Amino acid sequence: MTDKVADTTKADDRAVGRSRRWRTTFAALGMLPILILLAVGFQLMNPRFFTQTNLLIVMQQSSINIVLAAGMTFVILTGGIDLSVGSILAASAMVAVMVSLVPDWGLLGVPAAILVGLGFGVINGLLIAYIRLPPFIVTLGSLTAVRGVARLLGQDTTVFNSDLPFDFIGNGSLFGVPWLVIIALAVVVLSWLVLKRTVLGTWIYAVGGNAEAARLTGIKVPLVLLFVYGASGLLAGLGGAMSAARLYAANGLQLGQSYELDAIAAVILGGTSFVGGVGSIWGTLIGGLIIAVLSNGLILAGVSDIWQYIIKGLVIIVAVALDRYRLQAGART
Amino acid sequence: MSAAARIDTARQPVLEMRHISKTFGPIRALQDVSLIVHAGELHALMGENGAGKSTLMKVLSGAYRPDPGGEILIDGVPAATGDPIKARAQGIAVIYQELSLAPNLSVAQNIFLGNEPRRFGIVDREQCNRRAGEIIARLGVTFSVRTPVASLSLGERQLVEIARALSTNARIIVMDEPTTSLTSRETDRLFEVIATLKSQGIAIIYISHRMEEVYQLADRVSVLRDSGYVGTLDRSDLNASRLVSMMVGRDLSTFYKKDHRPPDEKRAVALSVRGMSDGNLVKNCSFDLHKGEVLALAGLVGSGRTELARLIFGADRRTSGTLELGGKPISIDSPREALDAGIAYLTEDRKQLGLFLDMSISDNISMGVLAMDAKAGGLRDFNAAERRAAKAVSDLSIRTRSVQANAGSLSGGNQQKVLLARLLETEPQVVILDEPTRGVDVGAKSEIYRLIDNLAKKSIAILMISSELPEVIGIADRVLVMRDGAIAGEVTASEGGPLRQEAIMELATGAAQR
Repeated sequence: MTDKVADTTKADDRAVGRSRRWRTTFAALGMLPILILLAVGFQLMNPRFFTQTNLLIVMQQSSINIVLAAGMTFVILTGGIDLSVGSILAASAMVAVMVSLVPDWGLLGVPAAILVGLGFGVINGLLIAYIRLPPFIVTLGSLTAVRGVARLLGQDTTVFNSDLPFDFIGNGSLFGVPWLVIIALAVVVLSWLVLKRTVLGTWIYAVGGNAEAARLTGIKVPLVLLFVYGASGLLAGLGGAMSAARLYAANGLQLGQSYELDAIAAVILGGTSFVGGVGSIWGTLIGGLIIAVLSNGLILAGVSDIWQYIIKGLVIIVAVALDRYRLQAGART
Repeated sequence: MSAAARIDTARQPVLEMRHISKTFGPIRALQDVSLIVHAGELHALMGENGAGKSTLMKVLSGAYRPDPGGEILIDGVPAATGDPIKARAQGIAVIYQELSLAPNLSVAQNIFLGNEPRRFGIVDREQCNRRAGEIIARLGVTFSVRTPVASLSLGERQLVEIARALSTNARIIVMDEPTTSLTSRETDRLFEVIATLKSQGIAIIYISHRMEEVYQLADRVSVLRDSGYVGTLDRSDLNASRLVSMMVGRDLSTFYKKDHRPPDEKRAVALSVRGMSDGNLVKNCSFDLHKGEVLALAGLVGSGRTELARLIFGADRRTSGTLELGGKPISIDSPREALDAGIAYLTEDRKQLGLFLDMSISDNISMGVLAMDAKAGGLRDFNAAERRAAKAVSDLSIRTRSVQANAGSLSGGNQQKVLLARLLETEPQVVILDEPTRGVDVGAKSEIYRLIDNLAKKSIAILMISSELPEVIGIADRVLVMRDGAIAGEVTASEGGPLRQEAIMELATGAAQR
């Protein structure tokens, strides 16, 4: 008798667990139809879209944005925002190229870039978590200040290294898959692991869902915040190394301009709630791909640069509006 | 000559509320309440928290529409109900506890906010200031109508609210606990203003828990209890014991569970609190909590009970005070430290401060012990969470299809049980429960009482904040009463007899001082 009750509860658990997972997947993949629709549309306009070469180019172009957006997912899940990732990327890329010029130690450019990114991220995190300044204001400040640092590093010039020791990252492939794509996918998988499989990940959702309740439950909210801003900075640093490796050069003024907006757009397109607590890294991946497909497809279709901006902006708004509508319809049933 | 003498009760009352009922779904917030108020009268409205006073006033102000059958008459003429704008036009004004002024605008601008005198469609500053000046003068107070409200004291802001009511020619003014945040000098000035208003024929409905004020001001007092009307006393019939018994006179039902042995004198002290203050509301609170004891912390809303509990739990910063846990001094500066020391706290506001509504029941229950359960590398142990959740669901009979369902999908009572389960997972020695049965149905209530009783049997010390007196009487061994941020006194059961509600109410309202 008791066993029977336990059995039905177990079965129910599995059923609800399954439907819950399915719902999460559905929410994350909610934008997948839009991605497919866009791809099919562009294929009809230009048959070159669905070639292996072009698809690899799309993924390569989206890789840096996806790495930034992964960090942004952590931040937005806690209900925060990080506007400084573009500037941190520029400063880290400068450091990567400058360190790569040191004879024999050039490979250290990559860890140096990552550490610089982490450093700026931690400063953001300390100000937000312990001095309790609003994330928007802190990272708006570092958006400007770190941009200045990036320019200062190269005396406001472009630094080059045509013999970059880690150029395989930007231009090499492994079994035909570009390293940039491998890195981006690795970052996504690692982020998924942290968010869904670790205690820290659950705390991140808890802080975003209800920060005060999290504090009263004994969660060290400042440490969680420090982690997410640190992670966002670190991934921006990684993005800097990737960018430097691709270009053999870095420029403190131009590199990474408005990258933060693309990263935020990818997260929001991926269905992560702007107030925190709800969202997933898989959604972010799809959001990042949508943005890349749009840019690539519009170029292939021969649309002018100016119109690309307008169309990209409109697609983001329409996609999120559709998503909102779909979720509301789902809630009603 | 007393103010009461001038009121001619034979005349047409300015306000008559007849057979007002109000239901929200299955919940009955008001049941057949009638109220008669005369011009120039101060009519006090009393009752325990949740007795229905605020609901009645919201019906009056048009915020709620009464159920069919109820009507409101003004000067004997049936008035529109359920329409705040019409209610204001009919001369009804409500001054709420939370003032609703725009701090950066001047006194005059606030008085005429949304109702500005115009000339050719443009706000007439000149006229605005002149008329505001006239109204302020009527109140017999002196401050410039050009002052920005931000620079006024709380008491002065309240007078601006009253002036605003007068600007719309209000004849019935409702004041809800108007003196809560006032200093004694400001209170005196407010009382002078009230006398002036009465002499001008304005009726005042005055909600207050403070006996002294009611004795000083009221011409008549009406009492509500359990959403119903109990009775009205004239000034001449007013006395403390009668009023208190009208407010609390309820039968004790049998559904309170109290099997645990009340601790005797020798029972060890679990938690000793000394000189707790927060520099604001809580003043120098000291008490001992014994092992296996259910100690209730009673008092009116705003008396500082929750604030004191949060200080003990380390949720807010204290300015002074020490704690001893099991005889050893400890220092607690954050909820994490409190939980590590074995002190757990159940919040009174489960949606805002307790639950993670978008997360599963299982995650909600394990949230406080995730790090304890974690596997190497900080990985979640989902099996442990599942086990804890399954055990809690059966121990506390949480009614849900699955522990993977969202906490937001549960009913109030089951949400409360999830929070209790989370608290118990930390294996506390001292449990602070803040309104553990608020917004919970009767079935869940009795289950929560049984749980509290079982904890006491296991020698866990329990401090329970409750605004429901029957609950306090029903399950507590001893009662501390707070008033104005300080501990006003202690009520104990004498020789095995029951705790006396009247004694608690007298301490809470300050009636004992008379």
